[in-house]
Amino acid sequence: MSVSGLNGEAAGLTLGARTPLRGFELDLQLRVAAGGRLALAGPSGAGKTTALRIAAGLLRPRHGRVALGERIWLDTEAGTEMPAEKRRCGLVFQDYALFPGLSAWRNVAYGVGGGRRARRRRALELLERFGLGSLAEAKPDSLSGGERQRVALARALAAKPRALLLDEPLSALDPGGRRAALRELHRLLGELEIPVLLVTHSYDEAALLADEIAVVDRGRVVQSGSAAEISARPGSPFVADFAGAVVLRGEASSEPGGLSLVRLRGGGELRSVETASGPVAVSVFPWEISLEPPGAAAEDSMLNRLAGEVSSLTPVGNRTRVALATPQPLTVEVTSRSVEALGLRPGARAVAAWKATATRLIPLD
Amino acid sequence: MIRLRSGFGVLALVAAAVAVLFLALPVVAIFADVSPTRLLDALGERSAREALWLSLWTTAAAMALVVAVGTPAAYLLALRRFRGRALVLTAIELPLVMPPAVAGIALLAAFGPRGILGGAVEGAGLQLVFETAGVVVALIFVSAPFFLRAAIAAFASLDPRLLEAARTLGAGPLRSFATVGLPGARPGLASGLALAWARALGEFGATLLFAGSLQGVTQTAPLAIFAEFSRPGGFVAALALSAVLVLVSAVILTAVKLLAGERGLEGAAR
Repeated sequence: MSVSGLNGEAAGLTLGARTPLRGFELDLQLRVAAGGRLALAGPSGAGKTTALRIAAGLLRPRHGRVALGERIWLDTEAGTEMPAEKRRCGLVFQDYALFPGLSAWRNVAYGVGGGRRARRRRALELLERFGLGSLAEAKPDSLSGGERQRVALARALAAKPRALLLDEPLSALDPGGRRAALRELHRLLGELEIPVLLVTHSYDEAALLADEIAVVDRGRVVQSGSAAEISARPGSPFVADFAGAVVLRGEASSEPGGLSLVRLRGGGELRSVETASGPVAVSVFPWEISLEPPGAAAEDSMLNRLAGEVSSLTPVGNRTRVALATPQPLTVEVTSRSVEALGLRPGARAVAAWKATATRLIPLD
Repeated sequence: MIRLRSGFGVLALVAAAVAVLFLALPVVAIFADVSPTRLLDALGERSAREALWLSLWTTAAAMALVVAVGTPAAYLLALRRFRGRALVLTAIELPLVMPPAVAGIALLAAFGPRGILGGAVEGAGLQLVFETAGVVVALIFVSAPFFLRAAIAAFASLDPRLLEAARTLGAGPLRSFATVGLPGARPGLASGLALAWARALGEFGATLLFAGSLQGVTQTAPLAIFAEFSRPGGFVAALALSAVLVLVSAVILTAVKLLAGERGLEGAAR
């Protein structure tokens, strides 16, 4: 898949907005670098979609400033506002909002300038790239959820946007389709050189698709950072509950006995009952991992063990998040009692152990 | 589902039969009473042909104006929220509940020679009273609300995200109206047009009071039917002309419905 033709000029996106929302105030400051991918993650009703609509120009906040590089899209102080149709800000709607009367290629060509033949050529090129070449003449209602999602992505990218916004890009898909779409989206977003701002209520998706996550609750960013940082040092019980899975990257191969062996990037091996081969993301919940003192005899049913130095301890209510400096940082959640029993402190060594059945694989190839 | 064997089912069945019979019988009677030769004879008369032709083109002209002005107006009223919107919507619908004679008087009071805009109308070189242009004005006044109501409902039921998607893809207001608004509202617009046209074809009172009933100038088919009916022994001629008018109306309504495509009925129901 070639990169050319997907990217407009590269400049970072900044958004600051303060506006009343149902029952609370939205107050956000966001910054996404060109080529950066920021996920707004949080429960539904937190104001995530509102932030996207402000960025796209579909909603004017009471106070706000939105800029792409030097280009001011909105400045309520100065009284300037560029209308949505002039911003070239691609938006993929939650249920895709494809034009029902138009075929797939006409949907994709909608935002493309130029003559009919040039528009058609560009649309077909993009559909081909998204594996939809044979469905160019199909109407949206005859496409599957995954196909619709790809048409919506192709439509947004065909217009050579300066920034790409994705509103819950996978939530309209069934679980099977979601997995495949997650993989494709991960690959696609990696190719883009424009700022990408995506909204999701799933921490897994955020961890996999974005390089920075801003956890949003009731209109405010309660914590932001990389997925590993947030998971290891949640600032509040809310964030701890929300920041679920630890995501690790590696290469999977099948093993006799039906298990998959994953060689982690940077070192270490894991086993999973899920089958996959090639590049994968491994997802495991911190509360499914237990800690053992180094050198303890492995006589239980835990197939996965990773040793490392404790880098931080973050108490969250009656639990503690323990960050382990394994080659890819790992977060373990244990009770505060275990912290004492194991003598955990920064610098101490410990072994994280969990079962192959608690190890989920997301193929990335 | 209603079970037809139940007590209520039987009641509903009887009600449906009564409704259909009562509504269809008079229509059937028109044709049962007129032989095809009488129909052709009636059409052969110059006054009848003139009246029909006048009805056809004045209603067509009125519909063209109603659609041209009413469609963008309805789009705006459906999509924008502003103070006094409910009042505007009520004002638009008022002609619907106005008795036709009152509509005629109202038009005279507004655009008649001594009406509040009479001077302006005259100054613009327009002659409405006792002129064909007056017929068109009367038709627009009584039929436009039917179209506007349906058009506003059709635009209001558009998925707003489609219009937003068009905007994020670079479409300005005109392009999103033309490429997303119009196609999405087409079934509703067509059924509104059918209703308005039907109302215009049957228009009688307002035209009579405002434009008069001059043969060949303002005497549309319904007025000609009344003229024949008032003439001693003219009932058969009135009946024949009525039959022709029913046929013409049916053809026009069917054509408009076909224009809306198969989804016309769903669109009207939404």
